Amino acid sequence: MAFFLETLLGGLMSGMLYSLVALGFVLIFKASGVFNFAQGAMVLFAALAMARFSEWIPAWLGMDNLFIANVLAFAVAVVIMFIVAWLIERLALRYLVNQEGATLLMATLGIAYVLDGIGQTIFGSAIYKIDVGMPKEPVMMLESVFEGGILINKEDFIAALIAALLVISLSIFFQKTATGRALRAVADDHQAAQSIGIPLDRIWVIVWCVAGITALVAGIIWGSKLGVQFSLSTIALRALPVVILGGLTSVPGAIIGGLIIGVGEKLSEVYLGPYVGGGIEIWFAYMLALVFLLFRPQGLFGEKIIDRV
Amino acid sequence: MFYRENGQFKTSYKADQQAFAIPQDRWAIVAIVAFAFIGVPLLVDEYMFRAILVPFLILSLAALGVNILVGYCGQITLGAGASMAVGAYASYNFLIRVDGMPALAAILLGGLMAAAAGIVFGAPSLRVRGLYLAVATLAAQFFWDWAFLRIKWFTNNSSSGSVSVADINLLGWTINTPTDKYLFCLGILVAFSVMAKNLLRGNMGRQWMAIRDMDVAATVIGIRPMYAKLTAFAVSSFYLGVAGALWGMVNLGSWEPAAFSIDRSLQLLFMVIIGGMGAISGSFFGAAFIVILPIFLNQMLPLVGTLFGLDVSTALVSHVEFIIFGSLIVFFLIVEPHGIARLWATGREKLRLWPFPH
Repeated sequence: MAFFLETLLGGLMSGMLYSLVALGFVLIFKASGVFNFAQGAMVLFAALAMARFSEWIPAWLGMDNLFIANVLAFAVAVVIMFIVAWLIERLALRYLVNQEGATLLMATLGIAYVLDGIGQTIFGSAIYKIDVGMPKEPVMMLESVFEGGILINKEDFIAALIAALLVISLSIFFQKTATGRALRAVADDHQAAQSIGIPLDRIWVIVWCVAGITALVAGIIWGSKLGVQFSLSTIALRALPVVILGGLTSVPGAIIGGLIIGVGEKLSEVYLGPYVGGGIEIWFAYMLALVFLLFRPQGLFGEKIIDRV
Repeated sequence: MFYRENGQFKTSYKADQQAFAIPQDRWAIVAIVAFAFIGVPLLVDEYMFRAILVPFLILSLAALGVNILVGYCGQITLGAGASMAVGAYASYNFLIRVDGMPALAAILLGGLMAAAAGIVFGAPSLRVRGLYLAVATLAAQFFWDWAFLRIKWFTNNSSSGSVSVADINLLGWTINTPTDKYLFCLGILVAFSVMAKNLLRGNMGRQWMAIRDMDVAATVIGIRPMYAKLTAFAVSSFYLGVAGALWGMVNLGSWEPAAFSIDRSLQLLFMVIIGGMGAISGSFFGAAFIVILPIFLNQMLPLVGTLFGLDVSTALVSHVEFIIFGSLIVFFLIVEPHGIARLWATGREKLRLWPFPH
């Protein structure tokens, strides 16, 4: 029982991390109808920027305060992601309005190539560390309830906490601010939003900026867990089943989808994996999402698709 | 002046319905195929065959398969590489497990196996549509990646899924030199292209196109979406399976699952979208673009570097290659979202009027 709970909790926490990446997808799809395959590349790019600037800034300024270095690096990385977002909108998306979904998907794949290339040219392609002072040692919990207690990774716990915080602040931003209202209006109906004077291009830049920040947060958390390296850009593929399970247009869907996928993955790997040779995590997530899709083709929380001839 | 169909009158239904109704088109196609069979082997050196022409032929076949599904039936797939893998490993198994199995039969049977797998993994298309479907097809990709890596039976107990075959033999013709490989692949590609051309203008192809244009309306006029979608998945996977078998057995000789990873699927989708969705010629244009561009960049960049007196490292070259490749793709999509085939069609319209545009 304790082991089961431990796996379950581990799944929930890694699910939180998936939702963090999935959020980036959902934000952009909601606002502009672009299925952003470059989200993984953005995570890698942001993590690389963060990792390298937290190395470079202390060297330039000649100080060795880890906290200040990290704060400065974070600020620089945010600015860089803003510039990236602006450039993507300015150079590519602006000219691709109203194209088919597949064309837009391919365009973001092209953007992913460019980001991967530029990121590794500027920041280098070795494996880098992000050290934001997250505690690594695991802690025991509930020792009074179960024999031996449950082993929990503190790092995972803090990561899940940060993810939750990000989601809360995002929903406040979307619900309570004027910009957030404009974003929701654009998501609802481009034309109607434009006709009441909401500037579409500016909204898209803002959305890509927000997606850039979620990419940065995801990059920092994943990067400090696994190290910043090229394979970081493939976590987008791990987050895709989360997105379709939750629904492409739903922020709560991304969170709940992430939790379901995280738990499903961990449980399947532990209880099913040994029988079939292990390593089933990746495709199991997709299968799980497919099973849900068979019952709700638009995802758990996606908008209902209405057919008209 | 030369490309004009004025004065060509069709006097029978047969003449009206042939695949290439305009004689100039017909002769141009015949000339191109004849040149590919006879002229190219005389003119081209071995490196060209190995590095460019054989990969180009096989990937065009694969792109044709993807185009049938994406361009003609409107079902986006990101699992094309998986179909290629099924074809490759299935034909490998037929070849080594059945005594005296002819190579061509093994390749075609591999294609059939891929078609069967395609039907199974295409089944979600009956419920799920659009981008949801695209992501759902990734399930096939990751499942087969995993299966060929972990299930030892598929790979004859070899480690890490890597297998190799000897030179294949076709009715006493051993295919081992690059020229042989080229001719063999070209023969298959021509046969399959003719098949696709006829399939697409027949009943089945029209059903696919109706489903692509609007599936609810197609259902209303009596097209069964299940039949149409699943046949599209089957035919497309068959093409991909044959292409995969050729890629493994003819082009590579020995391979592992990574040869058919998600990168391959994305590459094939690139070919179709850059080449032109819903155009057979688009598959060839796209394959040529994607095969040649990286080789070209790889050769050019160090030259450009030395021109400016820079010492270009290989890592930098591969990164710059990424950047240029990505931006060219975005550029192409912005300038001509309907692909190179559309450019070609526009050029042909111009040619019809030339030199008197009014």
